[in-house]
Amino acid sequence: MTTAIDVAGVVKTFGTVRALDGLDLRVSTGEVHGFLGPNGAGKSTTIRVLLGLLRADSGTVRLLGGDPWDDAVALHRRLAYVPGDVNLWPNLTGGEAIDLLGRLRGGLDEKRRQDLLERFDLDPTKKGRTYSKGNRQKVALVAALASDVELLILDEPTSGLDPLMEAVFTECIDEWKDDGKTVLLSSHILAEVEKLCDRVSIIRAGTIVESGTLAELRHLTRTSIHAETARAVTGLDQLPGIHDLVVEDHRVTFDVDTAQLDGAVKHVTGFGLQSLTSQPPTLEELFLRHYGDELAAEGVTTEAGAVS
Amino acid sequence: MSVTTAEPRPRQRAAQRRQGGTTLTGTGTVIRFILRRDRVRLPIWIGAIVLGVVGSLPTFPETYPTAADRQARADLLDNPATIALTGPAYGTDNYTFGAMTANELLVWVAITMALMSVLLMVRHTRAEEETGRTELLRAAVLGRHAGTTAAFTVVAGANVLIGLLLGALMPAALDELSMSSSLLFGAAATSVGVVFTGVGALTAQVTEHARAATGLGAAAVGVAFALRAIGDVGTEALSWLSPIGWAQRTRVYVDDRWWPLLLSLGLTVLLVALAFAITSRRDVGAGVIQPRPGSPRAGARLSTPLGLAVRLQRGNLIGWTVGLLVFGLAYGSLASSIEEFVSENSTLQDFLGDSDSLIDGFMAMVVMMMALLAAAYGLTAVLRLRSEETMGRAEPVLATAVSRTRFAASHLVVALGGSLLLMLVGGLGLGITAAIALDDGSVFGRLFVAALAHTVGVWLVVAVAAALIGLAPQLVHLTWVVLTYGVVVGVLGGFFQFPDWVTKISPFDAASTLPGGDLGTVAVVIMGVLAVALLWIGLLGFRRRDLTTT
Repeated sequence: MTTAIDVAGVVKTFGTVRALDGLDLRVSTGEVHGFLGPNGAGKSTTIRVLLGLLRADSGTVRLLGGDPWDDAVALHRRLAYVPGDVNLWPNLTGGEAIDLLGRLRGGLDEKRRQDLLERFDLDPTKKGRTYSKGNRQKVALVAALASDVELLILDEPTSGLDPLMEAVFTECIDEWKDDGKTVLLSSHILAEVEKLCDRVSIIRAGTIVESGTLAELRHLTRTSIHAETARAVTGLDQLPGIHDLVVEDHRVTFDVDTAQLDGAVKHVTGFGLQSLTSQPPTLEELFLRHYGDELAAEGVTTEAGAVS
Repeated sequence: MSVTTAEPRPRQRAAQRRQGGTTLTGTGTVIRFILRRDRVRLPIWIGAIVLGVVGSLPTFPETYPTAADRQARADLLDNPATIALTGPAYGTDNYTFGAMTANELLVWVAITMALMSVLLMVRHTRAEEETGRTELLRAAVLGRHAGTTAAFTVVAGANVLIGLLLGALMPAALDELSMSSSLLFGAAATSVGVVFTGVGALTAQVTEHARAATGLGAAAVGVAFALRAIGDVGTEALSWLSPIGWAQRTRVYVDDRWWPLLLSLGLTVLLVALAFAITSRRDVGAGVIQPRPGSPRAGARLSTPLGLAVRLQRGNLIGWTVGLLVFGLAYGSLASSIEEFVSENSTLQDFLGDSDSLIDGFMAMVVMMMALLAAAYGLTAVLRLRSEETMGRAEPVLATAVSRTRFAASHLVVALGGSLLLMLVGGLGLGITAAIALDDGSVFGRLFVAALAHTVGVWLVVAVAAALIGLAPQLVHLTWVVLTYGVVVGVLGGFFQFPDWVTKISPFDAASTLPGGDLGTVAVVIMGVLAVALLWIGLLGFRRRDLTTT
């Protein structure tokens, strides 16, 4: 498998602010890669570096086998970009903006353009300044999805879209994936990433703190177990990797590190298992685990906060 | 608990009364907000205008030490050519420093304040609305008219402050100027500023776009100036249609008439009332003209960065082109008045030989003013490159297969090509009416050369801005200083008699005596080379730096 995006040790500073602090990011060709992080973590900065709009202070960046700064024009023919905050020209219609961006990229697929306009229910005759935020977003999405490129770079593309349009977007990305094309999807909407992405990287304060397939990441976190047993469970607190244990008569609830799941379940079984529900860790928990301490510092308590 | 709160305490009652509110509710807060936002900008405008006038006064006695010197200056003024450029010459029998101040400075101070007022007024009304920030404020407890009222209060207040400072400081700078007359001088200048504050309030209501609102306001300043020019030379009634004409008809320092300023006051009230009426009827964010649906597909020309730049700047360029054409036509038509004047005035004929040199001097001044206007256009056009970047609209374009160089160059082409077009069209307009008036077609060729020669200076100004956009984009607005320098030296140079080097370093000096005089060929070549170098630096810088949004 080849690599579409390969970023290693990238540092980018703005004055005294270190926006990217040794960032590593790898996206393989043909995968949909979720790029997760809260506001201000460095997602957009990373994307701007990938697009050659910003120049990295140090580190290496390879995009589709080229250098995004030096080979910007050639590379941009092969990718499409949707910014998180779409600003359109006030006196150009949406249709004109779509055509313009498509032509500047090297051409649009006419059929797909028409198809996308219908699916996204977008009126291309309205002037840029009369569009709502969601409709501006649609203009950028149609322009990007109607072009014949290998790589999509999407910076929080569904912000402002209603749930119906989000569903259309999900469909489009699925089709895109079926064609074997690559997507980098920056988002803070975990459900979206969970639904669409093969692999995920979590960025925090300009560094990637976690990266892998969803399965791999789940392995790093905890599963919630709720069990009813014939006899009251004892000795569970002696096992490694058990958290938030609550024993209530014949019911037991706890979180267990995924690596210790086997031992914990075996132990519980010994007390006459009557019912068992287990909840796999959600991306949300993963996310909160990495940012939980920040939230805790601000006085917000979370269940998956891992403030132990 | 419910019993005690059911009986409102006095403070609560007052709060309830406030809750009713009027369309002016919140004006005070917005005034403080505007003052906070413009805490640097306003003092710069006020300081620059006041110091510019007051600081220049002490040079009068040095430049014109004797009554004979002043009288010689007065004799130079009292002809249609100069009157068309500055205003009716009055008090020329006894040309005191006061009369001199009024004749030579008032119109320029007034125009500066008019432009300041339009720019600031639109900045705090339509520009805010266009970005959507007004919506945020109007959703809070804020009356419908609070925004316009607050902006008007601040901008008109700045004008009044300038007027008062002029009245107080001018006598201190030059003993011959009395306090009461100086206050009238300040009031006359202020009256023009305040009228155009009202014009800004109105144009901000008419169009949806701040840029267009500013353009309309500036065009109104141009019309006011042209009306008084034609009126002062010929049909005086036209001057009575212009706020600038009213200010000049105070005959300050000679007759000190206050009453013409009542006209300005009346017009201002009318303009603001109209602006209020429109605000009451229209939606937030909308103008008077509703946007129509446009084409669902882009035309063939909208396929390149240059096509985009042309499309974005088309309206601006058309407006300026029409403006300069009319300016040229209007001033060219005055050539016959000048010719008549010289043929009737035998002493002047003895002095000048024939009418040619006076007409040449007049046309040189007009072409110079065209060059200054073309440079102002060029600056607004090249600044578009920067605003596209800061507004986040350059980003999606540069994420396509468009290089930085091509993107920047396309806006530069519009700025450079557009300013050349303006010079040619302005020169053509001036040539048409001048050729008819003088019955002499050869003037075309000479005006063509003058227009081309001045274009090099105009391009140099654009190139300075381009270099700054490449190297230090935050400082690009400093280019306006270069243009202002050109205006002061070019328009007021004859009066102030600046040292030679001061005049020579202006980009508008080399061709300043054309079409009659000689072209400073060496200077033009140097400026051309400098412009090319600066443009190149700008493109290189833009290619190498990060894209920024601040």
